[in-house]
Amino acid sequence: MAQLTMVEAINAALSDAMQTDEQVVVFGQDVARQGGVFRVTEGLQERFGDNRCFDMPLAESAIIGSAIGMAIRGFRPVPEIQFDGFTFPAFEQIASHLAKYRNRSRGLLAMPITVRVPSFGGIGSPEHHSESTETLWVHTAGLKVVVPSSAADAYSLLLDSIECDDPVIFLEPKRRYWAREEVVRGTRREPIGRAVVRRTGTTVSVVTYGGLVAVALEAARIAEEQHGWHLEVIDLRSLVPLDFDTVATSIIKTGRCVVFHEGPRTLGMGAEIAARAQEELFWNMEAPVLRATGFDTPYPPGRLEHLWLPGVDRLLDTVKQSLSYDRI
Amino acid sequence: MDTLIENNLQFLQFIDENGVATRALERDKSLSNVLPGMYATMVAARQVDEEMINLQRQGQLALYPSARGQEGAQVGCASALRETDWLFPQYREIGVFLHRGIDVRGIGLAWRGTWHGGDGFLERAVAPMSIPIGTQALHAVGAAMASKWLADEGVTVAFIGDGATSEGDVHEAMNLAAVKKSPCIFFVQNNQWAISTPLADQTAAPSLASKGVGYGMSAVRVDGNDVVACHVAVSEAAARARSGQGPTLIEAVTYRLGAHTTADDPSRYRDDAEVTSWEARDPIARVKKFLETSGHWHDDLEVAALATAAELRHRLREAVVDAPDPSPLEFFDHVFTQPTAELESQRQLLAAELELEG
Repeated sequence: MAQLTMVEAINAALSDAMQTDEQVVVFGQDVARQGGVFRVTEGLQERFGDNRCFDMPLAESAIIGSAIGMAIRGFRPVPEIQFDGFTFPAFEQIASHLAKYRNRSRGLLAMPITVRVPSFGGIGSPEHHSESTETLWVHTAGLKVVVPSSAADAYSLLLDSIECDDPVIFLEPKRRYWAREEVVRGTRREPIGRAVVRRTGTTVSVVTYGGLVAVALEAARIAEEQHGWHLEVIDLRSLVPLDFDTVATSIIKTGRCVVFHEGPRTLGMGAEIAARAQEELFWNMEAPVLRATGFDTPYPPGRLEHLWLPGVDRLLDTVKQSLSYDRI
Repeated sequence: MDTLIENNLQFLQFIDENGVATRALERDKSLSNVLPGMYATMVAARQVDEEMINLQRQGQLALYPSARGQEGAQVGCASALRETDWLFPQYREIGVFLHRGIDVRGIGLAWRGTWHGGDGFLERAVAPMSIPIGTQALHAVGAAMASKWLADEGVTVAFIGDGATSEGDVHEAMNLAAVKKSPCIFFVQNNQWAISTPLADQTAAPSLASKGVGYGMSAVRVDGNDVVACHVAVSEAAARARSGQGPTLIEAVTYRLGAHTTADDPSRYRDDAEVTSWEARDPIARVKKFLETSGHWHDDLEVAALATAAELRHRLREAVVDAPDPSPLEFFDHVFTQPTAELESQRQLLAAELELEG
């Protein structure tokens, strides 16, 4: 059993998928000769050849659009968009075709395409390299949206995504790329569509995903030490399908919920979780669902991102606010 | 190869508007054998087109984009390909669809608004009709890349128009195909108008074919109202593609004689005189003239062509007039392989609404 970084774990998943299924092809900008700007695809071209792992011209719409054509001919493409902010040139292909092809062909044509996107902030990147795009995909019917939080989860969820006959937008939290975890090749964790309780608690349910799971766990440790609060931390893992049952079970237990995500607050995942909670769990709630999130502003310059990003302090302040709702 | 000319404003033509051969046709003697068949398909396309417009006027179709005037380009192209070659059409390709043998029912129901994309396309190696302009060109390139890996000698064709050549996706598609030497043909029907925007407001390039030079791609400009020229250009491009020589850009110069769609009124933006001048270059009439002057015509051809066309019109009417709608619960069937819990609960909500309505 090996301690792998998330980069190595994703590389292992790609390699295992290509080994298992000859229809899997990996391509994007700088993924072959260079092995990817984060080295995620390192060694794949050498091992599997030019037809299985190859570089593309600098054209994101072409990366997704050609993947659709390959899928029509029976391939299982795993394209990479180099950074979150560069998914936008491919938006039309994703929204108008990738998401809709099954429906447009009345169920006859599957789109078994996994779009990998190094995503989110926290590593001091230049402009357009730290975007939270998940809400765009969640709101586009026909896409599955998967966001791993750790190396082992990334390995397992990526293999599941590649095997899935539906298109998957696979958002890799860059800030967790170099965090190590034990990864057992060939084993799977919970499938896509299953949230996982990363830490059990009774005081407040913290619902999060991706790079903020580790931050929430750190906050939970501090909260217990300093305040005696027992936070329950839920890692959603996939946003579509959303495992609201796991969230609901937790809220029924704690009566309180804080949604914790990087992306801007308005109409983010927090809005959806809050809506679902008040629709389905109204009488179980001790406090309104609160949100600890990024702001409704463009992503800030790298030197200021730590003040913009929701961290331990913003989360614990929000938890405190939740606890201030007390039935008399 | 001799007909593939680069950056040339002249176009390749075999039969002029008077039905006179302007180039020797001996280079492909079999053409005189297939020309009557092409003529019949062009007549069928024209007639089905008219029936679609009638059906729209009668409230049976929501909308229809006429391909009147483009039958030569479409049938010339489709007839030069193998049945297994994948085609990526836009939405104005009735001549291509009929040549491929797609049931008029599946085309008509799409325009009725029964379901998106069209039924019966995929089994004929034709992608569903694509409405966002130029986007399907990238699908064609991806499928062409796949053909190369499969070593199936397949050629893909992206059907685009003059307007589409301004789209970013078409640029990306041509560049990618050229870089990867993909067996892909970009068949541009330059019908002069993108709704109300004339070619002069679309591009400053000397011709659409000339854009091939910048991509390092073979390109040819053909008389799009000459079914033979289109057939020959596509045949040669397909042969090049199959032998690993990469993509070709074909500009078929033609004219949209009808409105953009049944919802469009072209008198707002173009003169009748222009339309009249192009009617004189009708692709169907010139084939008939050529067959007559070259001694290949006999009245049975016309009788058979009209009979087939009438049959298709009848089939279309039977299929679409008052055709039932699918169950609205089908909304939820094709989003994912398996509906999510949310989709299931929304399906139940709609089912309850439908039950209340009785």
